[in-house]
Amino acid sequence: MTATRPQPLVGPASYDTVVIGAGLAGLTAALRLAEAGQRVAVLAKGVGATHLAPPTIDVLGYAGGPVDSPAQALPEFTAANPEHPYRQLSIDLLGDSLDWFKARLGDHGYRGGLDENFFVPTAIGVAKPTALLPETMAAGDLRRGGRFVFVGLRGLKDFFPAYLAENVARAPVPGDASVTTRVVELAPPLGEARDVSSAGFARRFERADFRESVLAALGRNLVPGELVGFPAVLGLGGAREVWRELEARLGHQVFEVPTLPPSVPGIRVWETMTSALRRQGARLVIGSTAAGAEMSNGRLEGVVAHNAGRPLTYRARSFVLATGGFPSAGLELDFSGQVREPVFDLPLAGLPGQNEPRFATDYFDEHALSRAGVAVDASRRPVNLEGAPVYENLYAAGATLAGAVPWREGSGNGLSLGSGYAAASAILEAA
Amino acid sequence: MPTLETEVLVVGGGSTGAGVVRDAAMRGFSTVLVERGDLATGTTGRFHGLLHSGGRYAVKDPVAARECVVENAILRRIAADCIEDTGGLFVSTRWDDPAFGDEFLRGCRETGVPVDEVPVAEVLRREPRLDRGITRAFAVPDANLDPWKLVSACTRSASEHAARILPYHRLLGLEVHDGKVVGARVNNELTGEELEIRAELVINASGAWAGQIASLAGCVVTVLPGKGIMIAMNHRLVNTVVNRCKPPSDGDIIVPIRTVSVIGTTDVRVADPDELEVTPGEIDEMLDEGEKLVPGFREARALRVWAGARPLYTPEDVADTREVSRTHTVLDHAKRDGVEGFITITGGKTTTFRLMAEHAVDAACEKLGVVRECRTHEEPLPGSEEERFYWLGARVRAQEPVPNSEEIICECELITRSHLTEALAHGRPTGLDDVRRKVRLAMGPCQGGFCIYRATGILHEFEHLDHRAANTALLDFLQERWKGVQPILHGDQFRQARLDDWIFQGLLAVEHLPQ
Repeated sequence: MTATRPQPLVGPASYDTVVIGAGLAGLTAALRLAEAGQRVAVLAKGVGATHLAPPTIDVLGYAGGPVDSPAQALPEFTAANPEHPYRQLSIDLLGDSLDWFKARLGDHGYRGGLDENFFVPTAIGVAKPTALLPETMAAGDLRRGGRFVFVGLRGLKDFFPAYLAENVARAPVPGDASVTTRVVELAPPLGEARDVSSAGFARRFERADFRESVLAALGRNLVPGELVGFPAVLGLGGAREVWRELEARLGHQVFEVPTLPPSVPGIRVWETMTSALRRQGARLVIGSTAAGAEMSNGRLEGVVAHNAGRPLTYRARSFVLATGGFPSAGLELDFSGQVREPVFDLPLAGLPGQNEPRFATDYFDEHALSRAGVAVDASRRPVNLEGAPVYENLYAAGATLAGAVPWREGSGNGLSLGSGYAAASAILEAA
Repeated sequence: MPTLETEVLVVGGGSTGAGVVRDAAMRGFSTVLVERGDLATGTTGRFHGLLHSGGRYAVKDPVAARECVVENAILRRIAADCIEDTGGLFVSTRWDDPAFGDEFLRGCRETGVPVDEVPVAEVLRREPRLDRGITRAFAVPDANLDPWKLVSACTRSASEHAARILPYHRLLGLEVHDGKVVGARVNNELTGEELEIRAELVINASGAWAGQIASLAGCVVTVLPGKGIMIAMNHRLVNTVVNRCKPPSDGDIIVPIRTVSVIGTTDVRVADPDELEVTPGEIDEMLDEGEKLVPGFREARALRVWAGARPLYTPEDVADTREVSRTHTVLDHAKRDGVEGFITITGGKTTTFRLMAEHAVDAACEKLGVVRECRTHEEPLPGSEEERFYWLGARVRAQEPVPNSEEIICECELITRSHLTEALAHGRPTGLDDVRRKVRLAMGPCQGGFCIYRATGILHEFEHLDHRAANTALLDFLQERWKGVQPILHGDQFRQARLDDWIFQGLLAVEHLPQ
């Protein structure tokens, strides 16, 4: 790294808003602002968490036990968790963010809302609650009961239908509809390849000849009325057509079950949202690591980002920090046990005490560090220990926020969507 | 109660017990080995993986050094498949007295350790990550030794000579009649069934646990467990074993083994070999010492930390366990305690496990009144017949001729589906942790983020497990892994761990699996 001083990219305040991070929170904030006519840039180290996790919008899946209705459970949940970021997001606002998302992702046919959770199988066969899901996953809702067939694809090592099916048949689900499961294993034509990734299968499913062979092998194996679960590899850009063709030609309802990363349905969401951003004229800079700020009089003037070895300053009127939590390196833990937010070195909340262990000895217990993050004010701005905004024009959203344990609560994408949406609202109100 | 009869019963399934059972079986004794857990899960499975040249003992423990010289050469012949011939270096860093180098050279020459002083520039070319301030360097025939492969090969060989190997059989008691040990009661830990084993001779090869086992026959054996911690770093920071050229102390060796480098170790006297706590201070010290050999050591990802208990036999109480010789001792309890039919072999180290076994079985022959020659120094272990050393690139080479010819279940360690199913077919594993030791599952940089789910799926399918057993295997393994990972989590490895948590807790939601 040379000691060159960061150069302004173009004149002062070239953007209305610079968003740091391209996960669901960052993309949501960016797209809303761009739709409102703002000039927006998104800086991201790489693709966001969309590529890791299924694009179901889990708002609140577990609070004590599985949650049947997020809308009903949220008031009690936020009362019991005063530091939780949901405390600052009203149910109306969460509902608005879900509606907005469904409209933007029109091609994905998202279904659901805050009133009730779907319970859909994970790749290991747990019935997982989620508020919103794409149409390709909807028929997997176990609450309705039914006879489920899980389809194995030889060569896909990230999906074990026999194991999954055994667990699904025993998964506790609201209501008392009966669930039976069985498995059909297919050996689709893969040429010489024996090890094909989920993305590799997704590309193959977009080919008619590949689908023909799957349809031919599967069709004669189904009993009328069965619901057919595939690993979530049914195409990328053409997924809707693939899914519709499978349903129509099989004469069965078909659904996808999310696999290990990379998440094919997550990549679809990324493609849709980034295309929409580009259509709105926003700039998306991938491979850009934000690491530092320029400021004056309590205002953030610019973000210094390292792109292609050269530091550049991106100036804007507002900034959104949406770099994620520890897995995305939006938060870092050093050897001495100190947690740091690496872009702005923001004050952090939800930290364990100095001598408190960072981790529990039982893997499945809640770890002291897991609620660490940035605390924000009612306008979504990171605050210091006195509760005052660190910068009057810096906002934060997503897994960087303190107070949540997203996986345990089943709240990850709900928080990202709601807080990204709310950050955009706050910026538009302030403008 | 079901009963087994045998001439020799071996207690302990580490390298010593495996060596003893092989040796005894090869000399024609009927043999049974019992181990309370899986094989090689005590001290043997918890060391740094060093095949000693003898260099580490050359100055302070010449007897141990001489044994290492001989055994190193023998193991290179009989256990080549378990050894990667990395070579070893002793280097004087800027923190070490260069004059010790002369003492070291003298010690090596007196004990027969093959040694050459090599130009520092050449060493730095070969190991460019080493600190540039090194003043002297000596090459010795250190290497790495895969303990699980070693024990597995020994017990396989023993089985070929009709030995019965019983892992997961815990010793409940020794049967003593008229001052003679005549057998043992053991508990099958998997079925809960008790088993009686009648034996003419019991050989206690339980290492750091030897005192506990001996007490079952009313004998007092003082074994001081010396705790040593080790940390695996995420890649090969060096490709040669690197030792500090100074009197042995904490954190003075880095052993490259398979895809990782292991730094060790400490030596702390502890009361119970089953209670080995790792403190943050010990970890900090290890990383500081690593930094002296390889600048930037702390920036590498620390994968796991663990501790092992050296079996340090001592006739009297000794304050510093490092002062106890690292050689071994055979105790005939008839002569020592008036208890017939009972031998204890303890002390020593994995490098000399074969010699320990030879001495123990020699004593057994004497007691049983027969003369039978030891052949373990001549006959290669199964898998090592061609005397070809393990090569780091072997798994890649196996897959190179036809790329994508098989599913790779663990990308970090290049474990294919057939590696896994072969291990399941031959190993009778009882859980994923056993599979881990057989194929190094989940031991690479991602610590199982991807392969644990896959391996559970394969286990379920291959072993015809029901969902409950498969779920338990997965959850137990996650908990077991957490023990080694948790004390050292920080930096990028913590980031990795959170991604793994995301997969298990977020994506799969394993904590909600039906039981």
